[in-house]
Parts: sequence; structure tokens; C-alpha cells
Amino acid sequence: MGQVQPVQSVEPSLVRMSRQTAFPFDDAPEEDKYSVCVHCGFCLEVCPTYQELGDENHSPRGRVLLIREAAQGQLPLDASVVDPVFTCLDCRACETVCPSGVQVGSLIETARGQAHIANPPVGRAGRLERLFLRGIFPHPERLRRVARLIRFYQRSGLQGIVRKTGALRLLPEAAREMEAVVPKISEKSALEALPERLPAIGAKKGVGALFTGCVMDVFFSDINQATARVAVRNGLDVVVPKTQVCCGALQIHAGDREQARKMARHNIDVFLQSGADYVIINAAGCGSALKEYPDLFRDDPVYLERATTFSGRVRDISELLVEVGFEAPEGSVERTVTYHDACHLCHAQKVRSQPRQLLRSIPGLKLVDLPDSERCCGSAGIYNLTHPDMAMALLERKMDDIPDNADAVVMGNPGCMMQIRLGVHKRGRQLDVLHTVELLDAAYAGEKTWQGGVGEVGETEQGGQSSGRAPGRTGAGGGGSR
Amino acid sequence: MTTESTQGQTPPTKTQRDAQPTQSAQSDAQPTQSATSQMELVAAMQRIVGAKNVIYEPHRLHVFSCDGYVAEPSLPRAVVMPTNTDEVAAVVRWLHQHKIPFLPRGAGTGLSGGAIPLNGEVIISLVKMKKLLSVDFENLRAVVQPGLVNLNLTKLITGEGYYYAPDPSSQSVCTIGGNLAENAGGSHCLKYGVTTNHIVAAKFVLPDGEVIDVGSGFGDPIGYDILGLIVGSEGTLGIATEITVRILKKPQAVKTALAMFDRVEDASNTVSAIIGAGIIPAAIEMMDQLAMQAVDKSNYHVGYPTDIEAVLLIEVDGLAAGLEEDAGRVVEICEQNHVRMVKVAGSEAERSLWWSSRKMAFGAIGRVSPDYIVQDGVIPRTKLTEVLQRIADISCESGLPIANVFHAGDGNLHPLICYDSRIPGETEKAMRVGSEVLRVCVDVGGTITGEHGVGIEKVEEMRYQFGEADLAAQLAMRDVFNPGALCNAGKLIPSPARCVEVKQARWTTGRNAAGVEG
Repeated sequence: MGQVQPVQSVEPSLVRMSRQTAFPFDDAPEEDKYSVCVHCGFCLEVCPTYQELGDENHSPRGRVLLIREAAQGQLPLDASVVDPVFTCLDCRACETVCPSGVQVGSLIETARGQAHIANPPVGRAGRLERLFLRGIFPHPERLRRVARLIRFYQRSGLQGIVRKTGALRLLPEAAREMEAVVPKISEKSALEALPERLPAIGAKKGVGALFTGCVMDVFFSDINQATARVAVRNGLDVVVPKTQVCCGALQIHAGDREQARKMARHNIDVFLQSGADYVIINAAGCGSALKEYPDLFRDDPVYLERATTFSGRVRDISELLVEVGFEAPEGSVERTVTYHDACHLCHAQKVRSQPRQLLRSIPGLKLVDLPDSERCCGSAGIYNLTHPDMAMALLERKMDDIPDNADAVVMGNPGCMMQIRLGVHKRGRQLDVLHTVELLDAAYAGEKTWQGGVGEVGETEQGGQSSGRAPGRTGAGGGGSR
Repeated sequence: MTTESTQGQTPPTKTQRDAQPTQSAQSDAQPTQSATSQMELVAAMQRIVGAKNVIYEPHRLHVFSCDGYVAEPSLPRAVVMPTNTDEVAAVVRWLHQHKIPFLPRGAGTGLSGGAIPLNGEVIISLVKMKKLLSVDFENLRAVVQPGLVNLNLTKLITGEGYYYAPDPSSQSVCTIGGNLAENAGGSHCLKYGVTTNHIVAAKFVLPDGEVIDVGSGFGDPIGYDILGLIVGSEGTLGIATEITVRILKKPQAVKTALAMFDRVEDASNTVSAIIGAGIIPAAIEMMDQLAMQAVDKSNYHVGYPTDIEAVLLIEVDGLAAGLEEDAGRVVEICEQNHVRMVKVAGSEAERSLWWSSRKMAFGAIGRVSPDYIVQDGVIPRTKLTEVLQRIADISCESGLPIANVFHAGDGNLHPLICYDSRIPGETEKAMRVGSEVLRVCVDVGGTITGEHGVGIEKVEEMRYQFGEADLAAQLAMRDVFNPGALCNAGKLIPSPARCVEVKQARWTTGRNAAGVEG
């Protein structure tokens, strides 16, 4: 189990829809999407890459224009289109301000799909992409093996030796920096550790199937456990479909839509079979991808319908708690925190108020504003590895904005958490990087009546947490700095 | 200013241009072509501004072929992004010496095509000159670089309780340099005036590269008002590189009302009645049903009833004392004019939603129509009802829906002509309809532009407003500053004795060659 086993094991031939486009392959950017752009330019000032470069080629309306010209055969599908399309963070800030509702994200992702088929990545980048995005992430078993390797590296003393001997210098800078901030890997992923079904506490409000994700479950499996706890605490039965795989968001970002479709089909089957009312997700990037699964199946009527049903059930954990009605915690967390809006939560999923509502419900917690909180931190999936210069420039701006009086910065996406941990590490700042549910979970843990008894879920990390410092990730740089 | 009656003449003219962006589009006042090679040009520009600030590769130039007006795209030969006055002057001096045409560009949000390189100009993009250079709160002055975004200036000084008043709908992205060039208006110009009332001095690079200072930080201009000439000159007289603007203390209090009317006539009468009552609102904006439908489909959903003809957004501001009364009188006047529902914003969030809904309206038309042309006529306020009826008649006759979103308080109309460029001939029809609308505005004693500028879009309609002698005088004025017409030729003023051709869209094949229709 755990391998990708789509209902149809090969990519079915897609039904070619009637359209006029010079794009060579199926699943191309749609005319109905790019022709909506009226070129007003309202998107320019919110686009992080335009802000940095001042070049309209790297702006939303510029990219839409290039995609349109490629579709009309006025530009070839070469660097002129591909560079701007891949320099895009896919952060969707432009979609928030666009008056005419251009779906820039979908255009970018489908254009990347064309580029990916036309010119598959070659050389080292290509080998790395194939290794990770096709070889490891779609396969939970392999992913776990990698996680166990990292855990061994961290716990065996090898990490210390490697750092002392300077062997890290052999790695490229971006990877070297990331090594420094990789959190302590738990012994088991949440997918392994959690039972298949956790009964709701109190009046039952529905059944939620937990999507554990890949990066989240390797690096932050205790956040998945916390997510299960707060859901159960608020009247949701939580089921954990054990054969689920990574959502495919990273593949979609990279333009590998064929691989993404395989994973999507599998997940759709597994989660629809679970019969749950909701699919619970705590990672913004994954949540957005899951909600947009129908975009992958525009030319596949069978899966389009299934994907639409599936996507209709997907909820970010903060969104779901507010929707079904959550109980304000009684335990207090005496901290001053600020909230960073993950792009794929605020811009792609329009989830803004709910995480703040959860945080404000925590007694003792003070929430201070983060200026320009909706601007991308530069993480953007694997963007920080593919475009390190731009990613670092954006990280610097984000770090500059974090108010001095905050002792933690809170968000709802593991990619941002890794990126901002890197920022904290580089600046040597005393600042925790937390997920919204960690604080909520800590507040519930502080309640006298709360037993926290979700199977074997992190009881060692519960209790006496009124300080709200999530164990295992305290202080700047987390595992890396200790 | 004189207005020559041209009633009954043929529809306006415009040179028909090629279907694809081109570097040699025909234009009046075509500058002498230079023999300088592209390589020499690029090398010279790179020496001045650095390699990373020069864009010259053909495939990277496509996105600079148009601004917010997309009907007539044309490729530049290069884009140069200087970072200070000296660099701008050096770039201009070199281009002048080599007789290469050029033009300035801000954010490229202009709606009349002022930044389109019709003659294959070198675009001097000012987006990297976006600093606030200094602020003098006590004397209410700020010095900015031209690429600073309008709203960003306000954001930078709002903490101290100040703001920059001119607020075009695109203020979140348009630049103050562009505002200067177009003499941009905005919703609150009714009370506070347009850009020219808020710019007191500028450092200005003339088309030969000479740098001059015009205006003065304080006091009215002495002698000829050169600054007044420059503001609104649409980039045809040179390039402002440092701009001294007036900043204002934020009003103590603001009250905003939303009033919904069954009939346009009642809404129009309300506008006149409010001003007639001696109230000077900061803004009175109007939207009609089609515009309401569009914005309600956008991210800024207000939930307008679908059976009202007009909505007014009325804002009063100033000292807190007495403002409540003003707002009360506004509500009363609405009621006297058969308003169906009038409501004062209960929170800043509500007010902000109403304003966003209004300011996003142009773009939101993209949700109800594949393409549109936005017009920009001005009429005497008292003619509102009559003109709106005539616009409705034009819409009926042409079969093209027309949405209206506009500054009712100062009679600045923005009819948005909806069409589908995929239908052969419809683009041309829409342009003709736009022109007819402007004709109506001039006929009732108004003008062809309130704030979007003439650019290339309305250059032929200038003839509605001015006779040949007037235009010749204006060209003579331009030649004083810009003798070789190297700087932004073919904009603003039509060349004399132009052969008459029916206005026609650039593209003849495929859909929307510029892809986007402003």
C-alpha cells in the first residue's frame, strides 16, 4: 500500500475540446481565461516579482499578455514566455486585486504544463526534479525512508560532525541554508501514528478526513497531530485515509501536470471512498491545490465530476473550525504573536479572517499586525530552490516587516514556515515560527478538563503548555541552531 | 480656448495602422529616422543606466507595446530604466543627439495610449525612480520621484495624518509622474481639484536633455506659468524627474452615503440639488445598472438591487463638527428626490467596500463583456439627465451596451462601451460609438476628456473642440520645447491637414490582437 494506484493506471487520452490555440498540447491555457484581462494594470503593484524587478515581463498582466501571444502563435513557446512564467511565484496576489477576475494562477500553471512537455527540465535540475517530484513525493513509503534518513542524520551525531567538518560546503547554498533549519523529524509521521478513526468529543458536527500531506508530515507531523486534536475537540470525527498520497501541488507548480493528475485521481478516489463530509487540510498550498483539482481535469469529464465533488469538501482547518462552530479555548497562552497570510490561504482560498478569529479566541494571546501581511515570503513551493535570489529578496522584506514586539510569527503553510525559519536563523532572531493550530492546540491543552487523549498523539508534548511554546520547535532556527 | 463647431462633419479620423505591433507605425510629426544601429543604442544606454536596466531583446519588448489603451499597440526599440535625474538627462541627451524618438512611461495604466511607442520610441520607464525624497509636514510639501505610486505616497505619510489628495481610480498602481503628464483627476477632485492644483514645482528634463526647474515650492508662479503648461502635456514636452507636491492633512471626519434610485433622472437631480444646497461634497459618484452588475460579480460585491437605474456614492468630509448635519441634509435631499434607499456607512469597512466597488468598476466590466472602450467626456452637471438619455439612445441604435460609471459631481462621464472584438466590425463600431458620445458632450458645452488625456485615442476628436488655427498654435507651443518632435510624437494634438480615414481598429485578423481592450 501507499503506492500510487490510480483507478486508471495510465494517463487516459484527454478529450480534445474545440479551441483555437497555438499551444501544442492538451490542457493548454484557455482563451476564456486570458481574454478576460483588460490590461488595466491594477495587478502590478501587488506582484512581488514586479516590485523587485520593475519589468512588466515579470508582472501579472505582462505574463498574461505573453501567454495570450503564445496562444495566438505570435510568440514561440521559448524563453520569452517560459522565463516570466516560471519566475512567477504563483502567489495569486494579482487575483485578489484583479477587477475582472483573471485566473492568473490557472494560466500560469497550464502554461508551465505546456513548457514542461515541450522542454522537460534537463541536467541537474531535471534529475533533481524527477528524483523528488516523481521518484519520492508521490510515494509515501519512499518519503518516509527519506524522513528516517534525515532523522538518523539529526540524532546520530552525524549532523554535528558534518557541520564541524565543513562538509556542508559541498552542497549548493540554497540547500545548505535549508539544512540549517530543518526541524527535528519525529519518529513517526502522523499518517503512520494516527489511528484510522478518532471519535469526536461532544456533540458530533460531522466527519473530517485528514489530509496529512508530504512536507507537512515529514517536517511538521506534530502539526498534523495537533490538527486532529483540535478537530476532535470541536466535535468532528476524524478519519485518516491511510493510502492517501501527496496532493501534487509541487508537481503542478513545476508544470508536471501528468504526474499531478495521477496523484489527484488517486486521492480523489481514496477520499471519496472514505465518505467523510470534509477533507481537512492544514497546509495552504495543498489546500489550494486540492480545491483546484477540477482544473486538472478540464478535458476528462469523468474525473472532472469526481474532482468537483471532492474539492467541494476540502476545507482549511481554520475555515472548517469557524464554519462548524469552534469552542473558544479556556487555557491561556501568554504570548504576543503576529500572523503572516500564506499566499495560498489568503489569495487562493480567500481564508483571511478565520485564522485570526481562532487566534483572538485564545485567552492571553495578543495578536499584533504584520504590515503587508499578504505579500509572499518567497517560499512558493520549491521556488526558493529554483529562484533563490528572488526568494531571498522577498524573505528579507518579510523579516523586516515582522514587528519587534512579536515573539512568534504564525501562519498556515509548511513552505512558509520553512522559509521564515530560515529568515529567523539568518538574522539570529528570538522568534518562534508556528502554525495556527499549534497555538490553538496549546490553549486547549491548558484546559483542566482536557485530556488530549487522541490515541498515542503526542501526549508527551501535552500538558503544562500554558506558555504556548510548542515543544520541539522553540527558539530561533529550531532544530538547526541547537 | 475656442470651440469650433464641427457639427455634421464626418466621424473622427485616425490613421489606420498595421494589424500587428510594428516599429514603424505611421504617425504625424514623424521624427527623422536615425541611422544609429540598435547595437550602438543598446551599448550607449547600458553605459548610462547599467546593463540590467536596459531591455532590448525583441521578445522582451512585447509587453511594452501598449498601456491601458490596447487598441493600437506598437513595439518600442528598447526600454531604459534610469534611477535618477542625471541618468534621465544623459539618456535623453544621447537620444536627442542621435535623433532617436523616445517617450516617458510610468506604470502604463493610461487609458488614452499616451505611453504607446507609435514611432518605435525608446521607452524611458520611470518605475525605478520611486522614492519619496523629502517631506515637509509643516509646510505641506513632499518631493517625490516620478515613479512613486500615487497611493504609496499617501501610505508613506498617513502615519503622520497626511495624504495626497488626487485619487484616480488606478491610484493603487499609477505613478505621480504619470498623473502629472495626464493631469489626472479622481473621485475627490470635486472638492480638492485635479493634479495641477497639487503640483507646485518640478525638475524637468527637456527633450534635448537640458534640466530645468519649474514652479516654486511656495507662492504662485511669477511670469509665465510654465509648470501649468507642463502638467497635462502628456509627455510631449519632456520628462519630470522630481516633483514637489502639496500634501494635505487628513480630514477630521468623513461621512459616506450610498443612495439607490429607481430612475437615473432622480439621481441626476439629486446631484444638482446637493451642490445647489451649498454643500461641497468631497465626491459624488454615479454608477448605472450595468456597472453595478459588473462590480457585484467582482471581489468587491456590494449587493446592489437589480432593478434600480442608478446608485450614488456621496462623501462629505471636513471638521467633525457640523458634518453629521451635512450628511443629514444629503440624506434629506436624496429623499426629496425619490431615493429608494439611502444609507450612511456604519463602519470604515463598509465605506471602504463601497469605494472599492466604485474604483474597480472599469476592470470589472471585463466580467460582463469581452471587451470595452472607456470614454471620458465632461459635461455641465445640469445636462446629466439629457446626456445620459442621449447615450442610452446611442447604445440602443448601435446595439452595443453602454455602462456608465462616473464622477457625477463634476460632470465627468465615463461611458464604457461594451463590445466583442471577435465579431467582425464591432471594434470599429465601438470606436465610432465612443466618438459619437464625445460629440454629444461637446455639443452640450462640455469637453472630450476630463482626466484620461487625449493620447492617441482621442487625438482626432480634438477637432471637435478646436479649429485648425487653435491646433496650429498648440503645435507651435510644443515646438518651443520639443522642436524635432522626438519626444512622444503623434499624441495629444492632431497634425494639421490630415487625410480623413474612418477610425478603425488596428487588428483585422484574429481576436483582439492586443488581447485586451481598455
